[in-house]
Amino acid sequence: MSPPRPSAVLSGAHFMDGNHAACEGAIAAGANFAAGYPITPSTEIVERFAARAPLVGATFLQMEDELASSIAILGAAWGGAKAFTVTSGPGFSLMMEHIGFAAMTETPSVFVNVQRGGPSTGLPTLPAQADMMQARWGSHGDYEIIALCPNSPQECFNLMIDAFNFSEQYRNPVLLMMDESVGHMTEKVVIPPADQINIFPRRHTSKAPSEYLPFKPASDDVPEMARVGEGYRFHVTGLTHDEHGYPSMEWQTQQALVGRLVGKIRAHADDLTRTEEKQLEDAEIVLVAYGISSRVALWALQEAREEGLRVGLLRPIVVWPFPEKRIRELAQRVNAFVVVELNYGQMVREVERAAAGRARTILVPHAGGAVHPPESIVKVLREVGSWA
Amino acid sequence: MGVMVPFNPVEPFLRSERMPHIWCSGCGIGTTVNCFARALAESKLPLDKVAIVSGIGCTGRVAGYLNLDSFHTTHGRAIPFATGLKLANPELTVVVYSGDGDLIAIGGNHFIHAARRNVDIKVICINNFIYGMTGGQVAPTTPVGATATTAPYGCFERPFNLPYLAESSGAVYVARWTAYHVRYIAHSMADALRKKGFSFIEILAPCPTLYQRRNKLGDGLETMRYYKQHSVIRHGANTRDVNLHFQGEITLGKFVDIERPTLQQTMEQRFRQVLRDRYAG
Ligand SMILES: Cc1ncc(C[n+]2csc(CCOP(=O)(O)OP(=O)(O)O)c2C)c(N)n1
Ligand code: SF4
Ligand SMILES: [Mg+2]
Repeated sequence: MSPPRPSAVLSGAHFMDGNHAACEGAIAAGANFAAGYPITPSTEIVERFAARAPLVGATFLQMEDELASSIAILGAAWGGAKAFTVTSGPGFSLMMEHIGFAAMTETPSVFVNVQRGGPSTGLPTLPAQADMMQARWGSHGDYEIIALCPNSPQECFNLMIDAFNFSEQYRNPVLLMMDESVGHMTEKVVIPPADQINIFPRRHTSKAPSEYLPFKPASDDVPEMARVGEGYRFHVTGLTHDEHGYPSMEWQTQQALVGRLVGKIRAHADDLTRTEEKQLEDAEIVLVAYGISSRVALWALQEAREEGLRVGLLRPIVVWPFPEKRIRELAQRVNAFVVVELNYGQMVREVERAAAGRARTILVPHAGGAVHPPESIVKVLREVGSWA
Repeated sequence: MGVMVPFNPVEPFLRSERMPHIWCSGCGIGTTVNCFARALAESKLPLDKVAIVSGIGCTGRVAGYLNLDSFHTTHGRAIPFATGLKLANPELTVVVYSGDGDLIAIGGNHFIHAARRNVDIKVICINNFIYGMTGGQVAPTTPVGATATTAPYGCFERPFNLPYLAESSGAVYVARWTAYHVRYIAHSMADALRKKGFSFIEILAPCPTLYQRRNKLGDGLETMRYYKQHSVIRHGANTRDVNLHFQGEITLGKFVDIERPTLQQTMEQRFRQVLRDRYAG
């Protein structure tokens, strides 16, 4: 596995939509394998990758369904590739078992979900942010996930690179949680020169096969990976396994393994936390919004400020792990959090939990299919402002 | 069966530290693993470059016992995992070793598509006519009239004819054996290991604990006698004609052995033809 070929990186300024930018982000991150099954509104990402792959030394395969594409990428990852898959709504539901398998087997992998309205087939061509809790909890069993939420095409590019880097660093599946609006919005995207793109390399072991234990963690709780085909003769299983990678049905093994899988992310929550903050210095009311909703919320913030309301904005960029420490700090000094999201209340539960009663938490819900009318947010801000 | 008797030439191919294995006595799966070890020896392939992928089930445990790079994946998905592994690392010889339920029920869609694409993997299916691991439920291979825990009055669904399914989906190598025919199995596996393209071997194997017992077919040995007495070897037989029936005659042999470009080859050829020197493959 290698960093991107400089010739593969389309350095320069472009106008492109979020889906195309996400694809270029993957290529810039050195992705050399993708598998997917077409689904609106995500398909442009794999269409572009299918066109680009043979030009940049990568492989694309359109699989027979999302079950296949979500595990083909894991096979490819163990084969040495940097691999990702792309989907939306129904396809994301089908991929859940393999997100758990990737977490259990610590397989570096990136899953992109361009969110559309649901449940079921829902609104194929229209935005929503209603898979946020599924992203966190959708596969069975205990595990931790890393998920990122871009709010612009530029960020689709940037966060795709971060997603790959986190997946290598933590050996965990990483989710890029886009939405239809961001995926189909066209803006300027600046792609840096290849040598300015930081790539976290695969954590290949340098130990000899005789000294190597495939699931014995290094100091940061993440084990090193062996290269397939090099004589390590390692075993990988989704069963509860010991440091040899062999199945063990003892509760002690379960505790050691699942404890470590969960702990390796939780212990680094501070390193992973990334937010964008606007006008929080004097804020009494904090808007919390991510993805496309953060842009609408920013519009509402400006409107409310003009009316003299002391409003700020907190935008989680890494949504999982949730930036709960930051919310907790703010809850000490602000009156209220107003959460704007395209669902009937998902991340708001996290905000409320972290605020722990120290500040009020109000949801501005929306069923999806469109973004919030900014006025609906301003109205809530006025009302919350009047409580003080 | 004389499955993994202490010292024998197949031992270096197994993870001895993982013995004893989980299979019941008289189970046919271990017998086939013994054959596979012999096939690896016969093939002279560098073992570091052979990877094994299993799904979930009693047969799915095979990956964990072989001293190779091994992957025990999810139920039904060994083939798409193997597809990704092979495409990412073409120098590997990738073998999928799994059960009839895993490969043909929950994984049936992947099976036909991998054969259609001619992915260069070797698929070994242990057909015990039943879901072993979960306690003897009906499978898409259960013969009409045989009983299973979820077909207590006997199976009334027509089963798949696996060699016909494999051939019509595009497999380049198709064979069927029983666990009695150990030499044939080993040779056939060695053939498949050398063959380029989607190769499929079905091996009928006793599950004395569930299928045989439920259907009053005796123990593993009794089943071996049945296999011996009721099998006919007809190499090149038309796969349409090799249906299995409850305790009926069993047609064995190498049915298909043809050449067809693999997925990797058709992909590269297409890109080279269309993209010429822009192709970075
Ligand atoms: C998604 C999912 N569904 C169901 C199961 C339960 N399950 C485990 S093995 C198995 C059937 C195995 O049958 P087969 O592939 O024939 O293998 P055998 O045990 O007979 O060798 C089932 C249904 C599972 N592990 N995962
Ligand atoms: S249940 Fe059947 S298939 Fe499973 S190990 Fe026992 S005999 Fe073999
Ligand atoms: Mg079976």
